Amino acid sequence: MTPQSEILLQLSGVGKHFGGLTALSEVSLHIRRCEIYGLIGPNGAGKTTLFNILTGLYQLDAGSFTFAGSSFASCKPHLLAQAGIARTFQNIRLFPNMTALENIMVGRHLRTHGGIWAALTRHAAARREEQEISQRALELLRYVGINRSSHTLAKNLSYGEQRRLEIARALATEPKLLALDEPAAGMNATETASLKVLLQTIRASGITVLLIEHDVKLIMGLCDRVAVLDYGKKIAEGVPAEVRNDPAVIAAYIGGGAA
Amino acid sequence: MEILLQQIINGLVQGSVYALVALGYTMVYGILGLINFAHGEVVMVGAMVALVVIKALLASALSPVLVLLLSLLAAVSVCMALGYGIERIAYRPLRHAPRLAPLITAIGVSIVLQTLAMIIWGREYHAFPQLLPNVAHSLGGAVINEVQIAIVLVAVLVMLALLLLVHRTRLGRAMRAVAENPAAAALMGVNINGVISTTFMLGSALAALAGIMVSANYGIVHYYMGFMLGLKAFTAAVLGGIGNLRGAMLGGVMLGLIESLGAGYSGELTGGVFGSNYQDVFAFIVLIAVLIFRPSGLLGERVAERA
Repeated sequence: MTPQSEILLQLSGVGKHFGGLTALSEVSLHIRRCEIYGLIGPNGAGKTTLFNILTGLYQLDAGSFTFAGSSFASCKPHLLAQAGIARTFQNIRLFPNMTALENIMVGRHLRTHGGIWAALTRHAAARREEQEISQRALELLRYVGINRSSHTLAKNLSYGEQRRLEIARALATEPKLLALDEPAAGMNATETASLKVLLQTIRASGITVLLIEHDVKLIMGLCDRVAVLDYGKKIAEGVPAEVRNDPAVIAAYIGGGAA
Repeated sequence: MEILLQQIINGLVQGSVYALVALGYTMVYGILGLINFAHGEVVMVGAMVALVVIKALLASALSPVLVLLLSLLAAVSVCMALGYGIERIAYRPLRHAPRLAPLITAIGVSIVLQTLAMIIWGREYHAFPQLLPNVAHSLGGAVINEVQIAIVLVAVLVMLALLLLVHRTRLGRAMRAVAENPAAAALMGVNINGVISTTFMLGSALAALAGIMVSANYGIVHYYMGFMLGLKAFTAAVLGGIGNLRGAMLGGVMLGLIESLGAGYSGELTGGVFGSNYQDVFAFIVLIAVLIFRPSGLLGERVAERA
């Protein structure tokens, strides 16, 4: 995979602790451009903590990471979003009282400019920008397949639709890296299958995908490479088939005695 | 019948002012979950600044309407700066403090502003010059003058513009997003502090406008005028459902009507025991009743306690 071998995200010795609890320690890994990279591990392994660091919700205590050539040690969320990292949440965090369309339009905030002056005067350029925002938002709704619900309040969408809407909202920020925290959680088999197709389409469009997931079948069928976290440490990394048979991974999932 | 119509007109005029001020309370509450008790003083500062400008320009040959517009511009600018400063100095450092702390600070800011105004402008009542012609129109036996017509019309236009801003622009969407989920909004690239500052400035601009309206209507400006007006507007916001823009508008107009109808008829209905000087009581009876029977207000939704 020579055209894809360029490294997009590189973590070096990343550590994070909360008081005496070490959530992440010495985690190093890299993700290549246009890869689908899976992050798995038992509950409490530090997967979501890693996501929170990548999106600026937590500041790391040790190490650093570089993304698309720039180094980030500590950074505000909106600047990391600007750099091209977008995410979804394990527990969906939409804007519940805004419509599906409006949720995505907020996602366009990063790549548009109109401020208070544009809002008060609504001059021609501002109106054109507004038009473009809603146009693009509609396209994204269609892209994730929920355009029929564009004027439904986010809180009234079905669970699967909410997951899709959150992905569309993340895509609206034009990310280079899309980080998904358990996107298939709570989905039925049909929904998971169509999620898989969606993620493959997203990757084909040139966006790198980082995925936390417990659904082993989905991980195995979708990811190019997988890293396994346990108690904040990376215990394995490689192609899914390899990782699946790694004794350390089996031990982490089933318990020490099985190894 | 004429009395009823007259009281309805008076109520609508006063209610328009309440609604504009209530919007300031409700916008800040919607975004921060904070009652900005200094908001009433911003109304007073707006009125005072307008008065200073009008007095300075009155001797000049400018037309009265132009003088009024210039005074409005000055009052709005000063109040926006004041609103920005209040948030920056008094509330932002306490953003993550327990909720009681910013509430106490709000009361502190209110006292500081009142006292400063008393030192600068004195304790006396100032007459607010009449700039619009005081032409009264007869309407089915009741009287409405042009100042009052202007107040209602301007209030309606400004409120429509605000709804348009909040629901149809990029800035408005950012405001609603921050109100619903600040962390998610930040991940969309929304600068949260910027949105909060803008919200305070918009609310303060409305307060400045309301300050001029109420001064023009009653012809009096006083350093203490913001206190009662602020409390009543807060009541209006609670009545409509605090945090809800349409609620603030509805609550403002309803409170204005309740007050003026109550004052107009209370003497008659109680055989003169409670005269129209009990007008202020009605607002607070409403507040208590709402808090007991419908704490979320007329249009408000039941919101879960924030963590």
